[in-house]
Amino acid sequence: MMTKPELMKRMVKGPDGLEFEVDPLRDYYCEAPPTVMPGAYIQIVEDFFNWARSQSLWILGFGTGCGAIEMRPLMTPRFDAYRFGVAWRPTPRQANLFIISGYLSTKTLKRAIRAYEQMQNPKYVIGLGSCTINGGMYWDSYNTIKKLDEYLPVDLYIAGCMPRPEALLAGFEEMKKIIRAGKAEGANQYAENFAWYKANQKRVIHDWDMPDYNW
Amino acid sequence: MAMKELYARLKALYPLGELTDQRRDLAFVTLPAAHLRDTILHLRDKEGFTHLVLLTAVDWLEEGQFQLTYLLNNRQRACDLGLRVMISRDAATMEGIHDIWPTAATYQRELREMFGIDFPGSPRIEEEFILEGWNDIPPYRRDFDTLKYAQEAYAERPGRVTHDPETHMRLQMYPGQHPAGK
Ligand code: SF4
Repeated sequence: MMTKPELMKRMVKGPDGLEFEVDPLRDYYCEAPPTVMPGAYIQIVEDFFNWARSQSLWILGFGTGCGAIEMRPLMTPRFDAYRFGVAWRPTPRQANLFIISGYLSTKTLKRAIRAYEQMQNPKYVIGLGSCTINGGMYWDSYNTIKKLDEYLPVDLYIAGCMPRPEALLAGFEEMKKIIRAGKAEGANQYAENFAWYKANQKRVIHDWDMPDYNW
Repeated sequence: MAMKELYARLKALYPLGELTDQRRDLAFVTLPAAHLRDTILHLRDKEGFTHLVLLTAVDWLEEGQFQLTYLLNNRQRACDLGLRVMISRDAATMEGIHDIWPTAATYQRELREMFGIDFPGSPRIEEEFILEGWNDIPPYRRDFDTLKYAQEAYAERPGRVTHDPETHMRLQMYPGQHPAGK
């Protein structure tokens, strides 16, 4: 259901005085659902690409739950994740690794989906903390999801409540191994099972007031 | 001591209930909803309770009532006074105090969303506050079954177990000992 005024079709007057119609859902968003990105034409090249990708992890700096606190010491000298070739970026367009750092309320899930869909392929998701795995201590909450992989494709979970920065560093190294092995196919999974993911997402997000695909 | 004196002064003006003297600097008093506004204005203008600390509710399901607690603070004397008002639980409505303290409007929006208590005329009271697209009874009402809702609404990963913390820690710390042994 589209209720947001900024998503409604409307007439707009340009700076040159011309009036024209704007239909945000058609004009500002891509209508086509995501597609599977095929591998390189020959395996050895794909392996090389994957090696390069594993050396280039750019995290979206979006903290969803309390686990996000553990990312701060990683950005500073004490644990310094940058020496592992991992860096944080402020926008989804500039990132390829989304760390869901803890519980997701349905309200945050909506923003997380938008952010994930805006990231460029190939992209990866790490679920940080018990809450993303089985609900953690929010297992009986009226407003938080309990199983992240129902809604977004997860490549790796890091267990703990909350996991220490060292666990995250180990997770990054594990993530690199998964990418090098060519098993980090989350974005393709998402494209293949797009209808399934959307159905799950819409089951918990009752006021769906955004396009189905936020690219 | 000071609270008792304040209570005596107030009691002469308004029909107050018992005083609950929690601490030297914190007390609660119950009063009828109809006298809330006058009492608050008097406290603010004459007694120096210039600050609204919070406005919150308690669901007395068995009694069929909501308790509203208005916690006021006197900065000069560093003490808090809580005014308690009981209102009926069905079609729960209360007069807003957003004109006395604009901050109250935020609390009132929250109470409307989480308890379903209406404050007619309060700014933006109709708008969603924290929840988006909520489709059940207000979640802080005690007859709302949180666990049941969570089980029905959100997918679960099978295999989750819950340990009794005491038994679990005893087994961790003293392995081999019978869990029931003290
Ligand atoms: S797993 Fe623990 S630390 Fe992480 S978001 Fe959940 S409650 Fe917070």
